[in-house]
Amino acid sequence: MANYSTNEFKRGLKLMLDGAPHSIVENELVKPGKGQAFNRVKVRNLKTGRVVERTFKSGESVEGADVMDTDMQYLYNDGEAWHFMHPETFEQLTADAAAIGDESKWLKEQDICVLTLWNGVPISVTPPNHVVLTVVETDPGVRGDTATGGTKPAHCDTGAVVQVPLFIDVGDLLKVDTRTGEYISRAKD
Amino acid sequence: MSEATEWRPGASLSRLKERARILQWIRAFFAAREVLEVETPTLSAAALTDPAIDSLSTDYLGPGHADGLPLYLHTSPEFPMKRLLAAGSGAIYQICKVFRQGESGRRHNPEFTLLEWYRPGFDHHRLMDEVEALVGDILGLAGRAERLSYRDAFLRYADVDPLAVSIGELRETAKRLGCGDFDAGEERDTWLNLILSHHIEPHLGREGLCFLTDYPASQAALARLNSTDHRVAERFELYYKGVELANGFHELGDAVELRRRFESELAERAQRGMATPPMDGRLLAALEAGLPDCAGVALGVDRLVMLALGAESLQDVIAFTLERS
Repeated sequence: MANYSTNEFKRGLKLMLDGAPHSIVENELVKPGKGQAFNRVKVRNLKTGRVVERTFKSGESVEGADVMDTDMQYLYNDGEAWHFMHPETFEQLTADAAAIGDESKWLKEQDICVLTLWNGVPISVTPPNHVVLTVVETDPGVRGDTATGGTKPAHCDTGAVVQVPLFIDVGDLLKVDTRTGEYISRAKD
Repeated sequence: MSEATEWRPGASLSRLKERARILQWIRAFFAAREVLEVETPTLSAAALTDPAIDSLSTDYLGPGHADGLPLYLHTSPEFPMKRLLAAGSGAIYQICKVFRQGESGRRHNPEFTLLEWYRPGFDHHRLMDEVEALVGDILGLAGRAERLSYRDAFLRYADVDPLAVSIGELRETAKRLGCGDFDAGEERDTWLNLILSHHIEPHLGREGLCFLTDYPASQAALARLNSTDHRVAERFELYYKGVELANGFHELGDAVELRRRFESELAERAQRGMATPPMDGRLLAALEAGLPDCAGVALGVDRLVMLALGAESLQDVIAFTLERS
């Protein structure tokens, strides 16, 4: 993998740091009027999601990370691993629990997700911004109550628990924003 | 961004008007004190040798220079202004654009506006008084500026004595303070700069202006060393709200010592595989002819305007930064 000099640093550039792939979130030149210049960067560890600060001497080179995002269709979970398929090549990949993390609750079979691959192996998954889930358990719906603004928890088929309006019933389809975990609306199918 | 939006200035017109007012204020300040405004060349056949500051360069082609004359865009007007001082100009100031290779960011633009002035007969203490009078007024600050030695700043905020501590301890201190870590082979000044810029600077000038004084001799630049304590140089920097605003010296007037510093900087550049531009022989000759005892300071006007207007970034106070140039 190529090395990158600090002059090539920009948001989104993937670097290998401490043996793990990181993505640059923010890059700032810190330079005394007289004296050594530094690049102070915020980087996100692509395996853990943690954001840390690192400082490099300007002009230093850092090893790049072979990281790419690819659209894959989620197929099924066999109890241990999550299986995905490339929609055009039909190539299949499996991701382990460490890569899926908390996102498993948003994974609906057939949905197209973004898999982040490091050296060809999935290290994280980004579900679609909006998914449609089926309510499997919630308190009985309060018919006609569309105005009071109250909410209750609803358990969905993927394991997610979403705060929903009181009129929602078991079997309803919900459109949910996976970035915030918030209920958006009822869905038709 | 695209050309459809990039043609517009990054700074609002109301801020550009405020900027113009501050420039008028500066000129009135020096007119009242009978300091002469001067202009010196932007293009120079010689360049700064400081390994931490790189010049942009170009070529002049024309009568007498058929093969091209390499020229450097000045990084500050210091050298020709000192030649004017040696020629007997008396107190002088200049407001001009200067250029630095590789410096771009929230607090940097590769071309920026510098205010530089020299006061024959002043030492750095008296010059700090004058800087305080000018900048304090522009920023609307009432209280007196703090004057903090480099050593006391490190003792207060990093709990180490920068003049006595070992390189190993400096590395440990940088790690302890979360400033970062490099190879053990780094130079002492790299660690000092790292700790200063990452950990100490954010504390400086929180309540009002703060002068950081008595820099280590290894960072003297073009300041003279303190005559009683050779470990420190008669150099100061001005900070406000953690932003470095100005750098000043009780000027080194010794041509032999200046040549020695130039040569050591060029040797360091060669060792690091950097360009080795010609040192300024005309400045050395001016010092041999006699530079009056003086103090001088360079102040970043864009940063001053940024702080005076409560802006966050240089892009808010410069009409067209590099991205829109």
